[in-house]
Amino acid sequence: MGPVSAIALRDAIARREISAEAACRQALDRIDQTNGSLNAFLHVAADRALARARALDARSSPAGPLHGVPIAIKDNIVVKDMPATAGSRILESYHPPYDATAVTRLEEAGAVIVGKTNCDEFAMGSSTEHSAYGPTLNPWAADRIPGGSSGGSAAAVAAGMTPLALGSDTGGSVRQPAGCCGVVGVKPTYGRISRYGLIAFASSLDQIGPLAVSVADTALALDVLCGSDPRDATSAARPVESFSAALDGQIKGLRVGVPRHLLEHGVDAEVAEAFEASLKVITSLGATVTSVELPHSRYAIPVYYLVATAEASSNLARYDGVRYGRRAGGTTSVREMYERARHEGFGPEVKRRIMLGTYVLSEGYYDAYYLKAQQVRTLIRRDYEQAFAGVDVVATPTSPTPAFKLGEREADPIQMYLADIFTVSAPLAGLPAISVPCAVDRGRLPIGLHLTARAWDEATMLRAADAFERAVR
Amino acid sequence: MSSSWSPDAVRRIAALAHLELNDQEIALYSRQLADILHYAEQVQEVNTTGIPPTVHPLGSGASGRDDQPSGSLDRGDVLRSAPDAALEAGLFRVPKVL
Repeated sequence: MGPVSAIALRDAIARREISAEAACRQALDRIDQTNGSLNAFLHVAADRALARARALDARSSPAGPLHGVPIAIKDNIVVKDMPATAGSRILESYHPPYDATAVTRLEEAGAVIVGKTNCDEFAMGSSTEHSAYGPTLNPWAADRIPGGSSGGSAAAVAAGMTPLALGSDTGGSVRQPAGCCGVVGVKPTYGRISRYGLIAFASSLDQIGPLAVSVADTALALDVLCGSDPRDATSAARPVESFSAALDGQIKGLRVGVPRHLLEHGVDAEVAEAFEASLKVITSLGATVTSVELPHSRYAIPVYYLVATAEASSNLARYDGVRYGRRAGGTTSVREMYERARHEGFGPEVKRRIMLGTYVLSEGYYDAYYLKAQQVRTLIRRDYEQAFAGVDVVATPTSPTPAFKLGEREADPIQMYLADIFTVSAPLAGLPAISVPCAVDRGRLPIGLHLTARAWDEATMLRAADAFERAVR
Repeated sequence: MSSSWSPDAVRRIAALAHLELNDQEIALYSRQLADILHYAEQVQEVNTTGIPPTVHPLGSGASGRDDQPSGSLDRGDVLRSAPDAALEAGLFRVPKVL
């Protein structure tokens, strides 16, 4: 395995030590060698990527801060000229007629998109086992999940296929696979990155996020990706400061809060050990660690599975076989066509979530479930606001266990949902969060450290993660 | 409040969601959905008197702007994505509605 730093590669290309075309060929060769077994990529656009790389090499000055850097895009983010399946059969022949804003920004910055990566269907899952196109394997161990739903992107970076990848995060889908695969993954504050061109799952939770081998690489990606977009009414009007410039390695006086009450049960012994060791490293860099109370976080997973499924049932209503994607043949009425297309095109996890979401929004149940969940969500947000009166970041492990085995949690959906216990609160509260590698367990599986910061304060979170990363390297 | 996920309940929700389900699916989902909903019901323990629901995660309202007509996607591109489109007419073809 040879994970590559985006910044190092960008600099080598700028110094003409390697051409953008050669860097692209290296990525494509690496994909050729490893994708057959890992199944990280669903689509590789070699000709388009090489043409683009050659055009970049012909320029007299760099196109932007990602000039020549190969990048992988999760298959629920649209790139014109490439298929977008969102990991589903219902979109198996879909070729989007437009680019996501995040994609446009990356290309304007000089990045070279090499292909689309595998994911759980419509981003619903924590293992990439719910993809209609087969699971992605964890590059660290072939019998383990890479995490999900952005498992393909995490594996692509961990296996050295591309230095950078885009994923999407609704309940942890960038951070948890980053943790499973030993790479860095960031979910920014809600509204930082435009959702235009992100195939919607849960509109009040979804955010695009970068995965890379270092915190500095993700900070650079955020510098390129973040900014207001008139095409996304939820995108924030806030100006974007340079996140890269915030990485000064100084965390003396940083106040770290740990919700100890959430770590009492269900955390694997080696994960707990690695987490405590990480806190010691952070303290040695001059930060202080205290306990914080997040009393309503124990309800975060049930709240998430009521709110996100409700929003998903609405967002996935558009897949009806009429305007795009798969259509069922042999039906005699339009209603039958809708029902058959959705029956044939959606997998079991998607069907479960659509039905759960439909139920909690339905007459007679809306108040007790959906409305109630949104109220508890407010309390979860307020817990964080109160905690941030006394600390600057909240720290937990990324997941309670390292990557579990393929097939291990398929029979029991709730066991799968519990993988998200530390990641799910940040999207509910709209807060930025990061997973950074902190250790490898005795079975050679990665363990991640998870930090959450105040809204709009990615700088503090990235500075802390970067300082930690430098100390453990 | 406890949920009932009889096969009829599953069929009713599936119909609302425009989902055709076969018998095995109805049996599997009635069991799994009952479990998930039972697990999610713990939110009802929480005292939420006077607590407003979260609509936007950061609490800010929707932003508005003046209506400014401008271009959109190319109609040909959009129709070409469809399983069955009548390109000349600019329409999507479907089985009969009535």
